[in-house]
Amino acid sequence: MNVSVKPGKLIKGQTGDWEVVIGMEIHAQVTSKSKLFSGASTEFGGEPNSHVSLVDAAMPGMLPVINEECVRQAVRTGLGLNAQINLRSVFDRKNYFYPDLPQGYQISQYKSPIVGEGEVVVELDGGKTATVGIERLHLEQDAGKLLHDQSPTMSYVDLNRSGVALMEIVSKPDIRDAEQAKAYVTKLRSILRYLGTCDGDMEKGSLRADVNVSVRKPGGPLGTRCEIKNMNSINFIGQAIEYEARRQIEIIEDGGTIDQETRLFDPNKGETRSMRSKEEAHDYRYFPDPDLLPLEFTQSYVDELKAKLPELPDQKKARFIESLGLSPYDASVLVAERESADFYETVLAGLADKARDGKLAANWVINELFGRLNKEGHGIADSPVSAAQLAAIVGLIGEGTISGKIAKDLFEIVWTEGGDPRELVEARGMKQVTDLGAIEKVVDDIIAANPDKVAQAKAKPQLAGWFVGQVMKQSGGKANPQAVNDLLKAKLGI
Amino acid sequence: MTDLTSMTIAEAKAGLANKSFTSLELTDAHLAAIEAARSLNAFVLETPDQARAMARAIDAKIAKGEGGPLAGIPLGIKDLFATKDVRTTACSKILGNFVPPYESTVTSQLWRDGAVMLGKLNNDEFAMGSSNETSCFGPVVNPWRREGSNTTLVPGGSSGGSASAVAALLCMGATATDTGGSIRQPAAFTATVGVKPTYGRCSRWGIVAFASSLDQAGPIARTVRDSAILMRSMAGHDPKDTTSVDIGVPDYEAAIGKSVKGMKIGIPKEYRLDGMPAEIEKLWTEGAAWLKAAGAELVEVSLPHTKYALPAYYIVAPAEASSNLARYDGVRYGLRMPGRSIGELYESTRAEGFGDEVRRRVMIGTYVLSAGYYDAYYLRAQKVRTLIKKDFEDCFAKGVSAILTPATPSAAFGVGEKGGADPVEMYLNDIFTVTVNMAGLPGIAVPAGKDAQGLPLGLQLIGRPFDEEMLFSLGEVVEQAAGRFTPPRWW
Repeated sequence: MNVSVKPGKLIKGQTGDWEVVIGMEIHAQVTSKSKLFSGASTEFGGEPNSHVSLVDAAMPGMLPVINEECVRQAVRTGLGLNAQINLRSVFDRKNYFYPDLPQGYQISQYKSPIVGEGEVVVELDGGKTATVGIERLHLEQDAGKLLHDQSPTMSYVDLNRSGVALMEIVSKPDIRDAEQAKAYVTKLRSILRYLGTCDGDMEKGSLRADVNVSVRKPGGPLGTRCEIKNMNSINFIGQAIEYEARRQIEIIEDGGTIDQETRLFDPNKGETRSMRSKEEAHDYRYFPDPDLLPLEFTQSYVDELKAKLPELPDQKKARFIESLGLSPYDASVLVAERESADFYETVLAGLADKARDGKLAANWVINELFGRLNKEGHGIADSPVSAAQLAAIVGLIGEGTISGKIAKDLFEIVWTEGGDPRELVEARGMKQVTDLGAIEKVVDDIIAANPDKVAQAKAKPQLAGWFVGQVMKQSGGKANPQAVNDLLKAKLGI
Repeated sequence: MTDLTSMTIAEAKAGLANKSFTSLELTDAHLAAIEAARSLNAFVLETPDQARAMARAIDAKIAKGEGGPLAGIPLGIKDLFATKDVRTTACSKILGNFVPPYESTVTSQLWRDGAVMLGKLNNDEFAMGSSNETSCFGPVVNPWRREGSNTTLVPGGSSGGSASAVAALLCMGATATDTGGSIRQPAAFTATVGVKPTYGRCSRWGIVAFASSLDQAGPIARTVRDSAILMRSMAGHDPKDTTSVDIGVPDYEAAIGKSVKGMKIGIPKEYRLDGMPAEIEKLWTEGAAWLKAAGAELVEVSLPHTKYALPAYYIVAPAEASSNLARYDGVRYGLRMPGRSIGELYESTRAEGFGDEVRRRVMIGTYVLSAGYYDAYYLRAQKVRTLIKKDFEDCFAKGVSAILTPATPSAAFGVGEKGGADPVEMYLNDIFTVTVNMAGLPGIAVPAGKDAQGLPLGLQLIGRPFDEEMLFSLGEVVEQAAGRFTPPRWW
């Protein structure tokens, strides 16, 4: 039962509309200092074969010992996915020969994974959401890497990654188009990063996706699927799905059938290519690894981890909406990345009146700050304007010390020169003028000097805007706009 | 010199303690014996320099009143145990001249306790065999011969080098491993004592794996007491082996001489095979009578799934082996045969590196784990295994302290005599021993008599999990009654 599966964008073919059915296997590298079954470091970018223990190199007589930190991280991830945690799971051997696999088998979990069914709520365009079911999550070893560019006649092997812990997160076939697929990976990545169980760095290969794609007539039986392997970019995932779905539709509409096979996406050509067919598929000869006892822990161990989980994006979003009155859209944008949520939370912490200014702060973070950061290619981590500075700016607006317009100037100064916003406002005389007498003087002067405009405005009240502009100009933007409006209306009698 | 090599470990410990001789003298005597016995092919690597260096070092310690429970005792090490900076091959061509940069846990505990390494002992390739004929270094010769015959006999296997060397007085004791009978069967063939401890009693770390769920290290020695002394050093929990068990190691030697009065000894009726040689039957009855005379109570017990043990074993063990041996691929260490592609490199390396028996088991193992066959073979065999285990549990639940069986269905046979046409003929050697591995229980083989041709025969005692002490107590009763057997020196 997938009652919450959202229909996706249908693809038009010659014979009518087609629905795409997508399921994903995400390989997420577990954040831990050492590997799944050895004490070797998991650090990225070391000299080839510098992080390799005797176990990782599969020396004779070496035995795996489970790294408890990896178990903890897998359980925490399972909890973050609202999933069933299995108190007993089993490690199996997946047997195949490849030079990057020293043991001749990968230790994985086949029949009894550590985490069972769960779900992820995915944010779609227009504030809609879809729920994607999680089939399972299991722990397994990563393989090493072949280096083909070191010698004209030989390939070299780097075992630094050999034995690094991965979580394979398998979704149900609940995804219906490329947009949903991208949103799913984005959301999963966000959850992992909130939990701190995977850094989510797709460029470094910390997060890779195998995407299963099939097409069918809406409501019809499932089609034969093809698996697109090893995708390491969210955009490529979208492109690969679009291409693959159309490829399959064309074949079927031309009277052909889809062969179940493994394919690779070529980002340069924007197409998928066959890697191996079902007939060439390995028989992995799975069996329980006799070197390892079943992995068992207690419910209270799980409960303890659950109690210490950080606030996750969905919970944070709900809190932002409920207690600060943010729009669902703004809340979504803020919580999408842990760093931006953290930044916003720090801004909030610097506000004297959160209830009054929380929403304003969200606007400023999203529109002014993120806009500017994007434009200049900065990350939130190296933002020239700190959360404390932004909080000060927002506070100055909220309490009426400066206007929104002046605030933009102030933001510009802080961005380029730095400094304490409050002091800057004092030092540079940027305070909003709320002294009615002073504003009235300016208004009177302008009315006296422009009788023709006065006449026009009296005839057509919309033209009063011209006066507002003049007053603001003369006051250097510091006049309180509301006060100006009120005064003008009274004086012009409109 | 001869006197120094014919002593038991217990006697040698006393001699070293009262300074009758030094470890260096003891070691030199054994090195000389090894050199004189090369025709037995028991050692595949002699390490005289290392042996003497270790002996000198331990002599210095003994002089200061230090040194552990095995201080100065020269031992042989089965070539399945990784020994740091000393070639370790599992007697397979595929490991070539592999020199591990690490020491197995079991051997490091022996050195910790002061033992001296004489060298590496021959075994069946990757411990797969029951005659030590599958070794890439050639067969080991049993120091025992049939009366009036020069026929070369096998010492059993896979720990054939260990058994032969201990029987021929080349080392005072040896390490061995037992996956289906590889300690107990060669012990029975050579009139030595072999102990297969409870699964998890000794660390498997650093021992070349054959079948991980069955492999267990243990000692071969000339007396029950000596085997108990060695066991104490070999046993113990090792965090590097998840399947090793965290239970304290008792003073096994203290179990020697402990009264067995009132102990219930099970005699399993299923072990009385059709066509069993009369002398095996007689030996078994005799052994039971000795235990009874010592005050034990004999009870007939039933282990109904015994007949399925061997077939199930020959599914589980090859299955695990096929996977365990996948790492010998020519990529990182050991033998590498050239190939134009990685597939060719694998194929030529493994074809050249593995012997016939190893290849046979890798193929059997690969087959039984294949999609479509897994349930019919591997899963079924695991179910049988559970039933075999339960047979023993039911038996022990009735108050049985140990079970007495013959160790082997026959005495030692000739080199090239068995298994040539039908490998099952060879596999049947383990008919009495595999059940113990399948159930993870401890077992001991003790010399108990000779057959009509003057060849030694052994009895097996099977104990409750982690009750090796009971086996030492009972084994010593058999030993006392049967006496000790030493082969006449002809080599």
